[in-house]
Amino acid sequence: MGVMDMKLAPPDQAEAPLLSVRDLGKMYGERIGCADVSFDLYPGEVLGIVGESGSGKSTLLSCLAGHLQPDQGQVVFQTATGPRDTVTMAEAERRRMARTDWAFVHQNPRDGLRMGVSAGGNVGERLMAIGARHYGDIRAQAIDWLGRVEIRPDRIDDRPRAFSGGMQQRLQIARNLVTGPKLVFMDEPTGGLDVSVQARLLDLLRGLVREMGLSAIIVTHDLAVVRLLADRLMVMKDGHVVEQGLTDQVLDDPQHAYTQLLVSSVLQV
Amino acid sequence: MTDQAYNFAYLDEQTKGMIRRAILKGLAVPGYQVPFASREMPMPYGWGTGGVQVTAACLTPEDTLKVIDQGADDTTNAVSIRKFFQRTAGVAVTEATTEASIIQTRHRIPETTLSAGQILVYQVPIPEPLRFLEPRETETRKMHELEEYGLMQVKLYEDIARHGQIATAYAYPVRVEGRYVMDPSPIPKFDNPKLSGSAAIQLFGAGREQRIYALPPYSDVVSLDFDDHPFTASKAAHDCALCGASDSYLDEVITDDAGGRMFVCSDTDFCGGRRAGGHLGALGVAGAL
Repeated sequence: MGVMDMKLAPPDQAEAPLLSVRDLGKMYGERIGCADVSFDLYPGEVLGIVGESGSGKSTLLSCLAGHLQPDQGQVVFQTATGPRDTVTMAEAERRRMARTDWAFVHQNPRDGLRMGVSAGGNVGERLMAIGARHYGDIRAQAIDWLGRVEIRPDRIDDRPRAFSGGMQQRLQIARNLVTGPKLVFMDEPTGGLDVSVQARLLDLLRGLVREMGLSAIIVTHDLAVVRLLADRLMVMKDGHVVEQGLTDQVLDDPQHAYTQLLVSSVLQV
Repeated sequence: MTDQAYNFAYLDEQTKGMIRRAILKGLAVPGYQVPFASREMPMPYGWGTGGVQVTAACLTPEDTLKVIDQGADDTTNAVSIRKFFQRTAGVAVTEATTEASIIQTRHRIPETTLSAGQILVYQVPIPEPLRFLEPRETETRKMHELEEYGLMQVKLYEDIARHGQIATAYAYPVRVEGRYVMDPSPIPKFDNPKLSGSAAIQLFGAGREQRIYALPPYSDVVSLDFDDHPFTASKAAHDCALCGASDSYLDEVITDDAGGRMFVCSDTDFCGGRRAGGHLGALGVAGAL
């Protein structure tokens, strides 16, 4: 791992990492969910996590985002008041952070949206959760964000049920980014969408990440997605990280046997 | 006389003790829903089983009981509950708000200001104000615990987005003492301001949902709203046709098949008292009491 670490020189050494993960592990009874995961994520950086189904990448993401309680390890997040271990902090504080500094984009928009609430209400919920109490302001921000994710403002009072899959996913992104988070967790954000819709969504995500200076952790099994979005890549197998490095480096010159298999398995059109 | 087949006020003493403990806890934590072991009552759920159990636990032989249903003393629900306690507790009953020491109510707060020493018992169908937004009880409890009330505001947002104003007209959510968001039971929002700063003890019982919550006297109760869409206590824009009152909550009564209708006070005791005092509305008859 020594050689690998040197390759992973962060973009700016003087800056403190936004997220610092050490020896993170989660067991499901006797079975390993994920184990011995350590990495640093710097501000503005996008980290991709790839691996096959059951490799522990979603478990890892859930542990990082506080949806699952890890059995061991630290997840230190750079809050406004300094670094804090999110594993040991009080739940109230962690949930507040999940509403303000973090965002979580689910694979299925139904998990991340309130399907019975209008698009505007969905986008406004996080604002109201942190204390916004002016209807006009909330609505103006909702319209602004719908525009940014290419949803026409006249759809603001429609429910997500009336939206296509791609629109639902874009709405979920708007809902998450409206409070200006620093870190976005994405679980297969393009899963289940057809390729042209995927392409537009990826384009949108790439623009937003760059424009807002977001850091992101993207879990996917789609290597094309990480090639487009991620600066760095982690490859997981059986709950362990088997290889990590710059995305292009890992994909073009895979070192681990499993990564080689993964890269060579991609169908060429 | 009390029917000797029953313990005083129908419930056994252990059950009443259990309910009193829940009430005391509720009073200690205003607006917090205290679970309690709700009993089967000789009436269907939805007819006030929660309110009846709370009333039974509060009653003493010296009490005077008043029961109202939508403000009226003479509707089915009110009459049957009043008779129930006459038979099982033998307490005095009254229709006058000022004479009652315990008032059980369904969906109204009396117009007459309540005084210290009185207890107002509400019948509550669904005690959880977040229920229709978040179906999981585990999650709503967590939201109360962590004061995550953004979702409640989303409901009001949806109202304005769809209707141009906050269209919630009853069961309008309130925040108690700056802490718990509470469902005030399906009282019209016209009554919401009366929840705050009342000298009486206000107890809420939900039998099917097995929850009791409470407002101690002089609690601070604020109706939720937006800065640019403030809460307004609304009522029909008429005067009472019988007593002429312009400041009471009105029921609309259809009088014929040709669109004829009249608006009358929903609080029968208040309306009768005004008419006895000489106030007369457009359709009122002097001495009609």
